[in-house]
Amino acid sequence: MIEARNISKWFEGQRILYDVSANFETGKTNLIIGQSGSGKTVFMKCLIGLLTPEEGDILYDGRNFRDLDTSQRRELRTEIGMLFQGSALFDNETVLGNVMFPLKMFSPMSHAEQLERAHFCIKRVGLSNADDKYPSEISGGMQKRVAIARAIALNPRYLFCDEPNSGLDPKTSILIDDLLSDITHEYNITTIINTHDMNSVLGIGENIIFINQGHCDWVGDDKNIFRSKSQSLNDFVFASKLFREVKLFLEREYEAEEKSESGKH
Amino acid sequence: MTQVFRIPDKWREFFKSLLKEISKLGVDSIPLVIIISLFIGAVICIQMVLNIVSPLIPSYSTGLATREILILEFSSTMMCLILAGKVGSNISSEIGTMRVTEQIDAMEIMGINSANFIVLPKIIGFVLFIPILGIFSMFFGLVGGGIIAQFTSMISMEDYVYGIQSFFNEWYIWYSLIKCVVFAYIITSVAAYYGYYVKGGALEVGKASTNAVVSSSILILLADVVLTKLLLQ
Repeated sequence: MIEARNISKWFEGQRILYDVSANFETGKTNLIIGQSGSGKTVFMKCLIGLLTPEEGDILYDGRNFRDLDTSQRRELRTEIGMLFQGSALFDNETVLGNVMFPLKMFSPMSHAEQLERAHFCIKRVGLSNADDKYPSEISGGMQKRVAIARAIALNPRYLFCDEPNSGLDPKTSILIDDLLSDITHEYNITTIINTHDMNSVLGIGENIIFINQGHCDWVGDDKNIFRSKSQSLNDFVFASKLFREVKLFLEREYEAEEKSESGKH
Repeated sequence: MTQVFRIPDKWREFFKSLLKEISKLGVDSIPLVIIISLFIGAVICIQMVLNIVSPLIPSYSTGLATREILILEFSSTMMCLILAGKVGSNISSEIGTMRVTEQIDAMEIMGINSANFIVLPKIIGFVLFIPILGIFSMFFGLVGGGIIAQFTSMISMEDYVYGIQSFFNEWYIWYSLIKCVVFAYIITSVAAYYGYYVKGGALEVGKASTNAVVSSSILILLADVVLTKLLLQ
């Protein structure tokens, strides 16, 4: 479990995050949602340690990131997998080379075992016959899969994903979401996904944190997001016509449910 | 810089990277060095023949002057200024692209010292290989002058060969190679610095690449003055 306690962050005198607190549970897909510029990426970078918050603490299963020395931080980072928005694959390495990279750097395995593990991860994300291809030779969806394979190569305890669906078509987005959800449950990982894709929110949002203008405005899950009274969350969730219609439909459903329940009483 | 000059996490990976960088930055520069040195050697020889026209000056002085210019300045300073364009822009654009596409962040999150992993092999690789490029440049520069002697009637081959062998000072070779090593360090470290600290996108990577070449060229010229004063006086 990862706990964020009262995280505040400033950039050049401008406050970006205001005492944001949140718990990210193990074995669940935890989503950070919010509009562009709301501070969710800054929040995620603070969680990973790429940015240092001016105030607040981040605890990885009780280990306060602030209290760790350089070697302890590096050790902790070997427990972290990260999927970047643009995949961040190494251009000069093949698909296999990218997945092998963390194994070569940190794993005590023999070369044969590393190869076996890399092939397992590549197969697990549903890629085949792409070992020798370079990132520039494969599609965006395949690049995301390779990035996921690389992220899980060292069996991480924590998996961070920054907008994993950006630039992907809806069908591929769902595949990536399902893959992340499956991996989270299969390996009991604490997965944190930064997104503004409502399909992801409804598909895999087991624990959702809504960030609005640097504040944590709402915490819930995909079941109760439509019932929220938070105006800022509703503005975000129901921005599209489709979701406004879904809301109307659900409100009628809720009314009918309430009526039938009051009828029973 | 303190992050760059650390003991590598994995020596095996470091040596692999080092060999790659020697091949990419050093070996791949050999054709450019040969072509430029041949032509500049030929041009220096022609200029010497045309400008040193006096019955008081011996005919072998053309070869001697060609050799001194090539060894003292061209094969170190001029060659490194040219390589600052090729190698410097290559390094800064490569590292800059890695920065803007979050590849460096990916390494950092994995717990890898990215500055050490990416920059150190480039600096060591190029510094190790630059003396070879310097020697290639000297040799092919002299060959360029020899081609003029062989295929034109401007100077005889005997005078040219006698000239390049006359009054030879071995220290000048060492002086030139020492300068090459210092300039190679300037080229790689300045280019890596500009690339590593790029912020933004493709436009900024291009700007960083230009700035790296301009800055390293100026630093090379400054270092040339200082080293010449220190090593030849």
